Amino acid sequence: MTVTSAAQAAYLLAALLFILSLAGLSKHETSRAGATSGVVGMVIALAATIVLAVDGGVNVVGGVLLVVAMVLGAGVGLWRARVVEMTGMPELIALLHSFVGAAAVLVGWNGYLDQRSGSDTAGDLHGSLLQIHHAEVAIGVFIGAVTFTGSIVAFLKLSARINSSPLMLPGKNFLNIGALVVFVALTVWFVAAPNLGLLIALTVLALALGWHLVASIGGGDMPVVVSMLNSYSGWAAAASGFLLSNDLLIVTGALVGSSGAYLSYIMCQAMNRSFISVIAGGFGIAAGPATDTDYGDHREITAEGTAELLATARSVIITPGYGMAVAQAQYPVAELTRTLRERGVQVRFGIHPVAGRLPGHMNVLLAEAKVPYDIVLEMDEINDDFPETSVVLVIGANDTVNPSAAEDPGSPIAGMPVLHVWEAENVIVFKRSMAAGYAGVQNPLFFRENTQMLFGDAKARVEDILRSLTATTLATAQREPAPVR
Amino acid sequence: MSETPQTLGVVAESSPGETRVAATPATVARLAELGYDVVVESGAGAKASFADAAYVAAGARVAEGPQVWSSDVVLKVNPPSAPEIAALAHGATLVSLISPAANPALVESLAHRPITVLAMDAVPRISRAQSMDVLSSMANIAGYRAVIEAAHAFGRLFGGQVTAAGKMPPAKVLVAGAGVAGLAAIAAANSLGAVVRATDPRPEVAEQVRSLRGEFLPVEVEQEASSDGYAKATSEDYDRAAAALYAAQAADVDIVITTALIPGRPAPTLLTAEHVASMKPGSVVVDMATTQGGNVEGSVAGRSVVTENGVTIIGYTDLAGRLPAQASQLFGTNLVNLLKLLTPEKNGQLVLDFSDVVQRTMTVVRDGEKTWPPPPVSVTAAPKAAPAAPARTPDPAPAPKSPARRLVPAVLAALALFAIIAFAPAALTAHFTVFVLAIVIGYYVIGNVHHALHTPLMSVTNAISGIIVVGALLQVGHEDTSVTVLAAIAILLASINIFGGFAVTRRMLAMFSRS
Repeated sequence: MTVTSAAQAAYLLAALLFILSLAGLSKHETSRAGATSGVVGMVIALAATIVLAVDGGVNVVGGVLLVVAMVLGAGVGLWRARVVEMTGMPELIALLHSFVGAAAVLVGWNGYLDQRSGSDTAGDLHGSLLQIHHAEVAIGVFIGAVTFTGSIVAFLKLSARINSSPLMLPGKNFLNIGALVVFVALTVWFVAAPNLGLLIALTVLALALGWHLVASIGGGDMPVVVSMLNSYSGWAAAASGFLLSNDLLIVTGALVGSSGAYLSYIMCQAMNRSFISVIAGGFGIAAGPATDTDYGDHREITAEGTAELLATARSVIITPGYGMAVAQAQYPVAELTRTLRERGVQVRFGIHPVAGRLPGHMNVLLAEAKVPYDIVLEMDEINDDFPETSVVLVIGANDTVNPSAAEDPGSPIAGMPVLHVWEAENVIVFKRSMAAGYAGVQNPLFFRENTQMLFGDAKARVEDILRSLTATTLATAQREPAPVR
Repeated sequence: MSETPQTLGVVAESSPGETRVAATPATVARLAELGYDVVVESGAGAKASFADAAYVAAGARVAEGPQVWSSDVVLKVNPPSAPEIAALAHGATLVSLISPAANPALVESLAHRPITVLAMDAVPRISRAQSMDVLSSMANIAGYRAVIEAAHAFGRLFGGQVTAAGKMPPAKVLVAGAGVAGLAAIAAANSLGAVVRATDPRPEVAEQVRSLRGEFLPVEVEQEASSDGYAKATSEDYDRAAAALYAAQAADVDIVITTALIPGRPAPTLLTAEHVASMKPGSVVVDMATTQGGNVEGSVAGRSVVTENGVTIIGYTDLAGRLPAQASQLFGTNLVNLLKLLTPEKNGQLVLDFSDVVQRTMTVVRDGEKTWPPPPVSVTAAPKAAPAAPARTPDPAPAPKSPARRLVPAVLAALALFAIIAFAPAALTAHFTVFVLAIVIGYYVIGNVHHALHTPLMSVTNAISGIIVVGALLQVGHEDTSVTVLAAIAILLASINIFGGFAVTRRMLAMFSRS
């Protein structure tokens, strides 16, 4: 057993543990074990690599740098993970993706610089192997750079540091395709005549492409984008694996890449978007010509009125959206759920696959507030139950409950599966104002006969409802049917 | 128009027995917010328990009749009498119930004055105008009151009980016509504990009946769906089947409440004298359609009569007015909603916009010119069957690919893969093998992930993709300084990712709990 063969064995073990980790994460029961096997796999992989590095003759400065960088990184990572608000999770994950992208770019550059200085273990490459090496450098840098700037833009959009509306450059598809063509040309050139200038040009091109890809996607589609960037970061790692002839990187990168891509695909189906156009970027369609359709008047309800309605309801479904996250309303919502359940009202949650800014965003928030996960249901599980529901509370959701997706073929969101909240007896929509949702589409739900609007900050309104619900003497036994019109 | 706010008069009702008033202190305050100078006739709200002082406190002036009648805008419940029409000022606007279809003579006499008249009972049945629809709001409370009147005349309890003194059966209530009034009656009878059944020629209302926990009795005949939101006159086949249903039900139930009205026509007869005769003594029939001839043979408008076999037939026409305070509040709110529409600037200046279908439809007379009947309006709410089907049209499902065409890309992909690996140097072949296999594993492993775990999953894959650190670790510490520096930066970034990613995942997973 040499150090190298031991390291290979450790790598295989780590790869298996990563597979177990992903598999475990697909069920609640095994999710914690899954996370643990991921950690163990990572520890094994790191330990093996460090041994390998030491064995390969790392100098003192390098060793110190290695330890310092790692400890520093661990400190920052753990600190950010501890202090992040659950509502800020999408931003954090997008930012972390950008780190992977940046690291992949740096590794790619190193691959080239190392080879040039002839100190690399693969420094004695010749002929076709050398050409392949250079192609791998180009591909690795390219994917890494796209991931890097794409994630940065996603992070900025999610944290509202820049405008989340799609950037509309003329001929954006040509820009994207043109960038790809130039990339291929640069790679061929780089392989034929490697030089630093070409690599810099290629990096800049990829950085610009990543920026443009995500900038031209609207904020409402960010869940898919984040998932897609997750996939890209995996491919970047796999490309680095080819570059370094490291099977662990290849396996792990491919795992992350394909699982992320499949996750994005699931989400695209949930939004009725074309998968190809997501990868191509800029699938944020222009909100159609602002139609002047007169939907009529909306009706308002007070928190007290809502409380009365809830007190006499048999079954309640809550459909949260990004607005709940913004208002940090998950705690009062959970409290409201508990109160109603104690009164014998059936309360459930209907979660649209793309509610929030990250897949599963709402589930995380509700879990944080200790809402039992077995009453938090997926759209398909609950969509048939709306007609038998007394009250639906739409908290900060808009496009995901828009009936025009199902009923108006001309709507920009036509065909997107939505929660059929309007089939319930009463719908209460919590909203800050009458502004349109992320898709920029007006929502006829607000003007339905069985819909009433509750304006204001979602958190404050839910707390108001809780107050009047506890104050009201309406006994649960006194069940009046909901009023007709 | 003058810049000063228009006066808006709320007059007392002159019709005998009318208890309602067109504005309450609550709605007066909202009218004043629209910029109007509100004047209420002294004593207008007395019968609905609204004192003059309450109107004053809400911001209105109280004045005597003639002054109020000379206002720029006059709000009223019932149609005006001839002297009242004469009392209206030149250029005034009158808003009240008119029933223009049933009262052509009244419309003519209104059109002889240089005034504008809006009929509250001519609000089109579209969603947007729902908030001004007094017919609905009055029918709602009338339906409730009909049940209360029936309970009052019925010598028994509605709800069933088993007591030490014996068993009390629940009352059986049949509601004929499941419009707004019928649904309100179903809800009220249900909350009193009765067994409630309902029937209606429109099969589409069955769901609404059931939603109020009433039993829907269908009449088994082909019937076209309503296209204007109102019930239509029914076919002969239907009438026969319905008569059989009523004959069977009349002998069984204790209370019948009929609500069948057809606009512009006499009310259909649902219960014949025979049906009534077959009912048990002590039973009660409430006919809510007596203003248009009644649904029940033997009912008398405005009165309660008892038949020979002891069945009480109630034909009150003022059921809504028997709840005067509530009825006035709803009527008044409908008027406020209308005036909001008519006062877009909120400056106390009434503006009539004939391009708006609601305003056009309601206007019976404009500046002394007859504008009745209005062009027809199609209802938006009723035909619900259609939208589902055409929704797919602009987006036709891609034609199913033939097996051969599906095979082509697959074969091409396989060939490409084959070519890459076959021509690649030996060193790469092994890498490609694990690469391809890992992709497949990644796809299957994630196959049926629970939706709630998307975020933790993404977070853990993110942490795992920090494995890139391995590459950086292997590059650090070589002679080239720039390589070492870049590698150190890469290690730093990837470490943040690894530790942050796993820590966040654990934090999230720790929160998931089952009740």
